[in-house]
Amino acid sequence: MATKTMKPVSLRNKLKNMTDTNLLLLITIVVFFVMYIGAMLFLGKGFLKPQTFFNILNANAALIILACGMSLVMITGGIDISVGGVTALVSMSCAVYLDHHNGNVFVSALLALAIGLAFGLIQGYLIAYLDIQPFIVTLAGMFFARGMTTIVHTNPFNVENTAFKALKETRVLIPGMGSVNKAGNYVDAYIEIGVIVALLVVAALFVILRWTKLGRSFYAVGGNNQSALMLGVNVKRTKFYSHLICGLLAGIGGYVYFLHVGSGSASHASGAEMNAIASSIIGGTMLTGGVGNIIGTLFGVLSLSTIQNIVSSVGLDQAWWTGITIAAMLCLFLVIQSIVMSRKSTNGLKLPFKKMRKE
Amino acid sequence: MQSRNNTVSELLMKLFRRQIFIPIAALLLLALFNLIADPSFFKITLGTNSAGDPVLSGYLITILDYGSELAILAIGMTLVTAASGGQDISVGAAIAISGSVVLRVLCGSNSRPETLQAPIIVAFLVSCLVAMAFGAFNGTLVAYFKIQPMVATLILFTAGRSIAAWINNNELPIISEPSFGYFGGFIPGIPIPTPVFIAVACMIITALTLRFTNLGLYCQAVGINDKSSRLNGLNPAFIKFLTYVILGLCVAVAGLIKVSRLSSINYSVIAKDIEMDAILAVALGGNALSGGKFNMTASILGAYVIQFLTTTLYKFNVQSDALSAYKAVVVIALVVLSAPIVREKLTALKNSLKKQPAAKEVA
Repeated sequence: MATKTMKPVSLRNKLKNMTDTNLLLLITIVVFFVMYIGAMLFLGKGFLKPQTFFNILNANAALIILACGMSLVMITGGIDISVGGVTALVSMSCAVYLDHHNGNVFVSALLALAIGLAFGLIQGYLIAYLDIQPFIVTLAGMFFARGMTTIVHTNPFNVENTAFKALKETRVLIPGMGSVNKAGNYVDAYIEIGVIVALLVVAALFVILRWTKLGRSFYAVGGNNQSALMLGVNVKRTKFYSHLICGLLAGIGGYVYFLHVGSGSASHASGAEMNAIASSIIGGTMLTGGVGNIIGTLFGVLSLSTIQNIVSSVGLDQAWWTGITIAAMLCLFLVIQSIVMSRKSTNGLKLPFKKMRKE
Repeated sequence: MQSRNNTVSELLMKLFRRQIFIPIAALLLLALFNLIADPSFFKITLGTNSAGDPVLSGYLITILDYGSELAILAIGMTLVTAASGGQDISVGAAIAISGSVVLRVLCGSNSRPETLQAPIIVAFLVSCLVAMAFGAFNGTLVAYFKIQPMVATLILFTAGRSIAAWINNNELPIISEPSFGYFGGFIPGIPIPTPVFIAVACMIITALTLRFTNLGLYCQAVGINDKSSRLNGLNPAFIKFLTYVILGLCVAVAGLIKVSRLSSINYSVIAKDIEMDAILAVALGGNALSGGKFNMTASILGAYVIQFLTTTLYKFNVQSDALSAYKAVVVIALVVLSAPIVREKLTALKNSLKKQPAAKEVA
């Protein structure tokens, strides 16, 4: 970050002059590292092994991809809650294609992309060109995808296709990060293919958002629709592209999810859309649009799953604790955002007690 | 002849522009479809239930019965939408919480009580308080912290069902007392399902409130322009807050009906996806989801249309899991038809069609 090379200005000033995007990103990254290092110090054991971190990545590769698409749409000022449904539909369709029709793995990946693209295209068209509320359109998209999943096939089943299984079992070893397991053997640390896809997606989106005209127009449209129009940005097309890319990423994310679980089921990825939104928000993306960062989203997903791991390793392993912790974390970050946004406006945060003082 | 034609078309156009046109048209369309497919859909029979009391049965009664919770939620959701320009997606989770509270109070520490540990009215009032407190939590985040409603309520959406399970220690209490089942079933001797009465009572209370207080006006003012309503002496934050508390009350009523239907609770399934249905009801009613003006009657009608659609689909043996796909198609069709841009284009098309024969006549 550029701040490192700058002359030492007082920290307060530095924070004040930071853009919202950078400040929120900084908060997210700091929170993640504090949490992880805290877990290493106080809980030890599992958290000291690098593999724990890689397992978090393995389990959440799909969520990272979905959350990236979500961030993109949120930066542009929209929302897409169909991603979880698309994930389920992709995994079910691919599973049926591979097992019941003896499909080829490469074609199944294409099928996943096609499903994602189709959702992105239709939803993008309805939202951008017919000016229908994104929430309603993607809500219907979610309903449709979930319903279609059961129409494609009702019962959950595991995929037995050999080529697919080989791909699923493929591990990328990371040298030097291994650990000694209980039996005393040295085991290399590994990641799954999905993680590489996820990291590539993050890198690609980072480049697009930071250095291309399209990326800047996403921020412009999300920040202020009208002024973006005045500046000559094609607002409708930009919105359309954001939903198109999000749909495509939902397709990719769906395939990565499928690769991780290796089965088709109508209840797959239930609530994934909410986790994706939560990760984006924790990563510093605002639903009002115009503020956000892909790297933040990556850390958002990591923070979310780290806290889940911490909660379960502390011993609060009843299912409800996870939900409550995620909600508490989301609440915390929303309040932080609200404070960050109000620090620049002259009125400040309009809390009831502040207002009373003024009157 | 010409002039009469004109007045008829004008009348149609007037109706077409009215907000309530969308739900009515959808309702008529669905009714027509059912009439053609199977006229017995509209048959209502008087039979006796397992307890030997006279009850009405038939698809229409089912719609009125099961649409009650949705209609009650639609009342609160309309106000929230109008004032805050966003929707509360936590109502399903909040129903789970309030239902769980009702059972907890009724059962005390025992999960299979022989007798009720507290009067039902007390349990209901406690659940009202709890649901309103959660409404107040959402309202505070939206009104005072200025967080987008959808995101603020996402918190309760993720945590709600967990909290509901936690309230009852993850046990599934069952109430054997028959009088508890009256709220979601039938009161002996009355052939009409009780939820219908509860829904009607809620509607009357809402109508009176909107008629004799400024609540509706204030909600619209705040929804249309937050700043100018402030300059006119309103307190926008408080009004937004209030709408969420009112929705909390609606949730408590719906929650009571829901748990009474089963005399038990299933935390992950109870009121599943009802938030989506409630939002769709508001949208079907032709209300702008971005806030401002609202039409309560249209919203309530929208809720029954959704239930009508659900029941119709069930009748055609659609699996409950696949239901949503068909619902989505209908919703998209409705929303596209009611989109301002599409409407403009349709009107333009109609005008050009009208002009062509006229031009020919002149020629």
